[in-house]
Amino acid sequence: MFFIRCTKSRPWANSHLKLASIRPFFRALPSRTLSTAQSTRDGRPFRLAVIGSGPAGFYTAYRAMTRIQNARVDMYEALPVPYGLVRFGVAPDHPEVKNCQEKFEEVASSPNFTFIGNVSIGTKSDHPDGGTIPLASILRHYHAVVFSYGAAKDRTLGIPGEHVKGVYSARQFVGWYNGLPEHANLAPDLTRGDEAVIIGQGNVALDVARMLLEDVDVLRKSDIAEHAIETLSKSKVRRVHIVGRRGPMQAAFTIKEIRELLRLPSVAFHPIDTSLVPQDIKSLPRAPRRLMDILLQDSPTPPTHCSPPTQTKQQKSWSLDFLLSPTAFLPSPADPARLAATKFTRTTLSDPFDPAAYALPTTDADPHTIPSALAFRSVGYQSTPLPEFAPLGIPFSDRHGVISNDGRGRVQHEERAADASMRIGRFPGLYCAGWVKRGPTGVIASTMQDAFSTADAMAEDWADGRVAFLNDKGRDVGGWDGVKGEGMSGVRVVDWEGWRRIDRAERERGARVGKEREKFTRTGDMLAVLG
Amino acid sequence: MPNPKMFAQLLPSLRLAPKRSSSTIARHVQCYTKPGASPLPSSPARPVQSPVRRSPWLASLQTRTFSVSAAVSHGHVDPPKPGEELYVTFIDKEGAEHKLAVSKGDNLLDIAQAHDLEMEGACGGSCACSTCHVIVTDQEYYDKMPEPDDDENDMLDLAFGLQETSRLGCQIVMAPELDGLRVKLPAMTRNLQSSDFK
Repeated sequence: MFFIRCTKSRPWANSHLKLASIRPFFRALPSRTLSTAQSTRDGRPFRLAVIGSGPAGFYTAYRAMTRIQNARVDMYEALPVPYGLVRFGVAPDHPEVKNCQEKFEEVASSPNFTFIGNVSIGTKSDHPDGGTIPLASILRHYHAVVFSYGAAKDRTLGIPGEHVKGVYSARQFVGWYNGLPEHANLAPDLTRGDEAVIIGQGNVALDVARMLLEDVDVLRKSDIAEHAIETLSKSKVRRVHIVGRRGPMQAAFTIKEIRELLRLPSVAFHPIDTSLVPQDIKSLPRAPRRLMDILLQDSPTPPTHCSPPTQTKQQKSWSLDFLLSPTAFLPSPADPARLAATKFTRTTLSDPFDPAAYALPTTDADPHTIPSALAFRSVGYQSTPLPEFAPLGIPFSDRHGVISNDGRGRVQHEERAADASMRIGRFPGLYCAGWVKRGPTGVIASTMQDAFSTADAMAEDWADGRVAFLNDKGRDVGGWDGVKGEGMSGVRVVDWEGWRRIDRAERERGARVGKEREKFTRTGDMLAVLG
Repeated sequence: MPNPKMFAQLLPSLRLAPKRSSSTIARHVQCYTKPGASPLPSSPARPVQSPVRRSPWLASLQTRTFSVSAAVSHGHVDPPKPGEELYVTFIDKEGAEHKLAVSKGDNLLDIAQAHDLEMEGACGGSCACSTCHVIVTDQEYYDKMPEPDDDENDMLDLAFGLQETSRLGCQIVMAPELDGLRVKLPAMTRNLQSSDFK
């Protein structure tokens, strides 16, 4: 299906009646009633606001600037620094993945591109030094707006004990070791025990495992935050369980990340439950075949079975624990505010070899408990609607955690016409890209393709001449100048030159300690570079 | 699974892709294939060892046209010496063929970017993404290449439209035995998968 049905609330259904005075164009319009003569677009620049400066935002901007003549792109970013999850999500030991920043720098060096950093749209800035602009103000000064602000929340498990000390969200942990200001003060305590549990079997879970298992001296040379190096070098974690409800044939991780863990010197991998792997793996399609192959290989470093964790130089090891669903985080009897173990119930699969199989809890009361002073919840990121979406009638699917769209990034929803038939309502000039469009999955390459398809849809619409955009009734719009004109007192805006100065300062800090970069982890420190 | 209807919906976007008229292609071929003709304008101002890959799109931004620019000045591949040209043909997403004369030792990602073909290299050619995926059209040529290593295969596992003769462009290095190689750029299908919305 191209179209995402919103089955929960339909806040926009009647909202335009109440809110017509606020922004009348925000009623969803059935697309066939729209008409705008093409000639009105000739000669005028296409003004595009991009909300969010991660890969989705940059790749959309890039494609829009190559596909639409005279496109002027203004990119808004809540932090003083750009690149979103490329900077704050990609693991520090994956510098090659960050090479896409070179492309983003090219985009930003165009005279038709403006970076507006340290400005949050529609939602209060999450750091004290940042400014906020209402979305409504953006909508007055552009022809189109692309929402590419990603997924800033994480999913929770909703089980008892989730808030005891020692239970962390993988998203926060990743933000912490990558120097994200929001989580710079997380200060995870890795010294309370030698076993750690990671709940979830995606690539973020494997990143967290690698950070816990990798030699700190290898990480030291990366752009990992200095506070993370300090904490990781004191870590007592020796044994990492990566736990999933389903089996290897259903797991979300990819082979590259598994191979990296297997290649860690003197880190052992405990064999997986082979009953969950099809007998005849040769007949599997290529990707699962290669993945099963590597999972069945013997660990280059065989695990030793010295159960009492007494030796100081105990071997580090990891395992993939399948068919376990978490039911509770158990506090320590000695200190009820602190985690001691994680409790699971065993599951069974509808079909162990079907990649789409689902897990069912088993009926026998046979809980499985893993002692763990440390647990990470890594069950996915989540996008949230901007606060102004509801009053403006912009549809957000809570069920899918995405802005409702046609699969190519055009914001739309189904609505019931007067004759009771269903039709599609468009939101002129509104587009989305990246995780807020398709959900929080996939690598940068998938986000790139996805951003390109949004930009292509937008370019088609603009070239078509009949498709409505924002503010296209002959009035010229001012973009960032217009937004600024509405009053921006006290807001400290970081432009691209400002970012380059912060970038240089970070590289200089890094050079002093033999790293490529030493990130500023406080927005105040970033802004201090600019005087 | 993508279905034909979904592909049909993609077609308008393909029409918007930069048009390379047959005469432009002919110019490419003519310019780079005529023996003895000075094949590529050299760019003395730019040091060849420059590690920064300047992709062609910025130039087209500045000139505000969609036509193919004289792309050779953008990449960091060296023009082949007369008499030492190797030929590689790229078949783009619209089916247009681009026959290029290239030097031994250049990889297909650098070549494609230097000639303004639509190939991204998100990881900068370090075998850490699948954006430079190409399909070798002739099994015989595929067999002549050194086998892909585990890292390349791991990335190909994630590529869209994977075929038996798929490779990453950044890992194919031109050599005399690959003279006459033909590769296809896979059509973009990723965004049309309904599974993205489940």
